[in-house]
Amino acid sequence: MKITRKAFLALLAVVTRAFGRPRRMAMAIDLAKCWKDRGCTRCAQACHAAHNVPRIPDPRREIKWIWKDRFENAFGRESAGPAVAGAPVPLLCNHCEHPACVKVCPTGATWKRDGDGLVMMDEHRCIGCRYCMAACPYGARSFNWSDPRPFLRTIDPAYPTRTRGVVEKCTFCAERLARGGRPACVEVCPPKAMVFGDAADPSSAVAQLLQARHAFRRKPELGAGPNVFYLL
Amino acid sequence: MTVLAKAMSGSRAYRWWMAALAAAIVAGVLLWLRQWNRGLVLTGMSRDVAWGLYVGQFTFFVGVAASAVTVVLPYYLHAWKAFGRVVILGELLAIASIVVSLLFIVVDMGRPDRLLNVLLYPSPSSLMFWDMLALMGYLALNGIVARAVLAAEIDGAPPATWTRAIMLISIPWAVSIHTLTAFLYAGLAGRPFWLTAAMAPRFLASAFAAGPALLILLCRAFRYDAGEEALRKLSLVMTYAMTANVFLALMEVFTAFYSGIPEHAAHYSPWTWLSGGFALAALAMALGRSRYAPAAVFASLAIDKGVVLIPAGFIPSPAGAVTPYLPTAVELGIVLAIWSVGALLVTVLFRIAIAARAAESSLTGFDGPSTLHSTPRAVAEREM
Amino acid sequence: MSERAIIAAGIALFLAGAGFPFWRNAVELPRPLELRLPQGQRECVRPVAYMRTSHGDLLEDWRDRVVRSGERFFTAPDGRVRELSLVRTCLDCHEKAGFCDRCHQYVAVAPDCWNCHVDPRSPR
Repeated sequence: MKITRKAFLALLAVVTRAFGRPRRMAMAIDLAKCWKDRGCTRCAQACHAAHNVPRIPDPRREIKWIWKDRFENAFGRESAGPAVAGAPVPLLCNHCEHPACVKVCPTGATWKRDGDGLVMMDEHRCIGCRYCMAACPYGARSFNWSDPRPFLRTIDPAYPTRTRGVVEKCTFCAERLARGGRPACVEVCPPKAMVFGDAADPSSAVAQLLQARHAFRRKPELGAGPNVFYLL
Repeated sequence: MTVLAKAMSGSRAYRWWMAALAAAIVAGVLLWLRQWNRGLVLTGMSRDVAWGLYVGQFTFFVGVAASAVTVVLPYYLHAWKAFGRVVILGELLAIASIVVSLLFIVVDMGRPDRLLNVLLYPSPSSLMFWDMLALMGYLALNGIVARAVLAAEIDGAPPATWTRAIMLISIPWAVSIHTLTAFLYAGLAGRPFWLTAAMAPRFLASAFAAGPALLILLCRAFRYDAGEEALRKLSLVMTYAMTANVFLALMEVFTAFYSGIPEHAAHYSPWTWLSGGFALAALAMALGRSRYAPAAVFASLAIDKGVVLIPAGFIPSPAGAVTPYLPTAVELGIVLAIWSVGALLVTVLFRIAIAARAAESSLTGFDGPSTLHSTPRAVAEREM
Repeated sequence: MSERAIIAAGIALFLAGAGFPFWRNAVELPRPLELRLPQGQRECVRPVAYMRTSHGDLLEDWRDRVVRSGERFFTAPDGRVRELSLVRTCLDCHEKAGFCDRCHQYVAVAPDCWNCHVDPRSPR
């Protein structure tokens, strides 16, 4: 019996969904390692270079997929004791279990992928209503207030740019994961502070790390279920 | 001349008014084209304050549209004849308000050319999807009924019975459009300023204050005699609704400040207090039955809901950053243009309604159809 | 002029204007379309006839498969496993400037793919 590749893949998807376990991609950031070099911004540099993220001088219109902010801004003023006050923490899209942005998007331009839980972004469909930006409790999303190209010094043709009028954010490097790689930030981090993997797989590095050490997340009380964990 | 033609001709003041509106609209279209070309960078919004004046004005005018229920419900559900001369105006105001609020959405979008995606890819979990459907349905309801009622009036006949059924449907529909709009904000876990069950009741209360206030002002502006009792009752609705609105707002203040949760209180800026103060003053004027109360109530709510509420939800940001929001000239020009579209619609539609009603009442009276020779259309055509 | 004459003149002007594309091309042939085809004997992922009519549909299908379904690879007719990618597959053989742009300009279409997707031969 001959079967086309397309049909085979569809069958495989059905079978995997029935019997396979979906992955839950998560990231664990060891802040102690990150703080060995507090001025380091290699993760942001690598990400923004790989994805043609423009560098916009006006902070009101900046576009950032991963960035650093002070501990008290990331986790709330009330949670920053003297040991960590002012320390820079890498922040990015948390690819939440229950993403508010996905709930509110009126066109389905952002959605949570079944197979691995990545919160994806379809810039072809986005109408630029910015409802997702209003909904995100973490400020993880950026909007193209104008054409980004003038703000790109070099363009990497391997990845598209975006147009004015659409929202963008970290994608956990879906294009790299598709080739068996890891997110750019994780790969480049000099002290190897970032660990990435399938949190639902008990044998993965990230799952074992979360088993061994206490980790905390941003605004867990909101029920969004963020998948970026911080270790101290 | 037909009734429509009669309605469109008028004094010099009227012609200047229409010319000014047209000029504002043309300017706004040009500004919007510029904004589409260069992007929303031409506005005062930012990464932290993703929504500003456009969404605020959208919110406010959905409320004004919903307020038609304050005249529709007594008249259609409780046969309150006193509102007989004002119901049609409420419906026409609702039509103009929905058009205005939809325009505010269109100019706020980063990619308005992809507008149809909302319908092509329905997202039932998104309140914006449902709100768009509800608004368009409400526009259709009011449009269909207003046209039927006006046409019947011009012919000197009572409106068809199905119009009553549709107007009864529009009562819960009106409540739903503004409740859905409130849900847009009240369901966001990440925005503590909006995350309150009081959002929808506050929206309805402020809408039921702003709408009647505007109706009173428009009756004065058009020198239209809606009837002593109707105006008194409209003023009463406005006052009670404004009281409820201010009361609910004060409840919010209590919860935010007594609980002591820093994130909740942080959203109360000098602008919030200023607009709240204005609302209190307007309420005082309404309670004191001042002649200027409708203008004060309308203006204070246009500011509180249409200007302050939305940016305040974003300041401070989830990370505690305070990014001030100030509308730019482009933004203000586009807002003015959309207001002008609303004013144009109100002017034309009200004049038609008033002309139809005037021709009608100069004959045998409202009850029972007049003879063919004395219908408003026949009279108007004879005068031609 | 009599009314009839004015009407006749108007109709004549309209026909002249509306028929402009036809008689202009009859008088002088339009400039030929010269496309720079890829060098070497290589097979496109679909037959030429299909590509001429439907490469837009193909690219939209690829877009949906990549962006929405996460499917990134396919088997080309020559047996190679290739990427569902405008930039990495199509532009691997075709030059955007000498091929894609020339035909698009000739038939006066402006696809907005290029607003985001980058020609590897001229990244700026």
